[in-house]
Amino acid sequence: MIWQQFLSLAGSYPLALRGLGMTVMLSLISLVLGTALGFGLGILRTGGNRLAASVIGAWVDLIRGTPFLVQIFLIFFILPELGIELDAFTAGIIALTNLAACFICEIVAAGIRSVPTGQVEAALASGLSRWQRMRQVVLPQAMRIVLPPLVGQYVLLIKDSSVVSAIGLTDLTRVGWLVVQRVPNGLLVFFLVGVGYFIVCYPLIMLARRLERRMGAAHGEVQL
Amino acid sequence: MLENFSFRTIAEYLPLFGQGLVTTVWLSALSFIGALVVGIVLCAANLQRAWMFRAPAKAYIDAVRATPLLAQLYFLYFGLPRLGFVLPELVVGILALSLNSGAYVAEIIRAGILSIPRGQVEASVASGMTYAQRMRLVILPQAFKVTIPPLLGQAIVLVKDSALLSLISVAELTRAGQLLASDRFMPAEGFITIAAFYLLLYYGLKGLAVLSSRWLGTAGARI
Repeated sequence: MIWQQFLSLAGSYPLALRGLGMTVMLSLISLVLGTALGFGLGILRTGGNRLAASVIGAWVDLIRGTPFLVQIFLIFFILPELGIELDAFTAGIIALTNLAACFICEIVAAGIRSVPTGQVEAALASGLSRWQRMRQVVLPQAMRIVLPPLVGQYVLLIKDSSVVSAIGLTDLTRVGWLVVQRVPNGLLVFFLVGVGYFIVCYPLIMLARRLERRMGAAHGEVQL
Repeated sequence: MLENFSFRTIAEYLPLFGQGLVTTVWLSALSFIGALVVGIVLCAANLQRAWMFRAPAKAYIDAVRATPLLAQLYFLYFGLPRLGFVLPELVVGILALSLNSGAYVAEIIRAGILSIPRGQVEASVASGMTYAQRMRLVILPQAFKVTIPPLLGQAIVLVKDSALLSLISVAELTRAGQLLASDRFMPAEGFITIAAFYLLLYYGLKGLAVLSSRWLGTAGARI
């Protein structure tokens, strides 16, 4: 009985691999795009331009205040009404990238704000340009604060990518959902799905923890 | 285009949205209480010296944190009947949210307890307090202050996560939006309305978090 189920599960391993591939690809593309966009937004948010900062702040709040599932539905069902045709994959990438960018923007902004003003003033006094200041003085120091939560954010992104199965993308979660219709053993099927995510996410969680410890120590925080 | 955005339809469906909102609020509240219970138990186990308590708690927390809520939800939804527990979707959803958030709550409480300076513990040991007295009189009152703001943050996450229950057809807020979207082919009306309702909940909880950290922060800073 169990053995038969194992056999029929083994038969659907190409599907599972495709699902895992889809999950990894979705996460990877939106991770890269979201990081780039998030850093840009974070720098803009802490820059001098008040208008840009408050527009970004409002957008980040909108995204943080609504469930990701609702965001996906909004993008997938409403953009076509505005005349923008898109398939489920593009909609998923847009939604995930936007989500990642908003959270990373806040992380980067917090990191930049943590750099003492004296550093910026010193850089200014040394005649560094705006871009040099950011690239050579502020960002390298901000990275200490940014890096641990950034990696943690990647884990969240991979997990959130499971929600795009709701618009029919065949990612790992969707594969589990499809397989369970055929092999009625939800415990086993979704345990295996969980294992798939665990393999991808757990090393990142470990990395985040290690970075947190390392950066905390490097920061010279005194443990009382 | 959105020029024929129909406020009339939204008004017509308002009772449905209202019901959905109420369901989302109380099921989130219930799940949050469940998460507190799960989190306190996990954290207590995690802080024990004995390996046989600590290891399972750690494994559980890691397993929950490294897998998506949706997979956990389906695990319970498709798995529990297999074990002979045929529960209504709503109960499965509350269970999944409690078990999921519980792992995060455990970490928040642990961080709160570990944030208490070592000297406090040593001082209470030197004053001859027992373990229970130390916890009750010295550590927990201080840890409480540190944990309230992140716990409210977790509550925000939980409310948003509860939207996933619509995928196992629990009649909550997102489900109401889906119904309007599919009945009348009006996704814009449906999803923008529920997004507004979620924002309402978000700003409410966020305001509470800001207030509490301001209120506790000034009191808690002077240790």
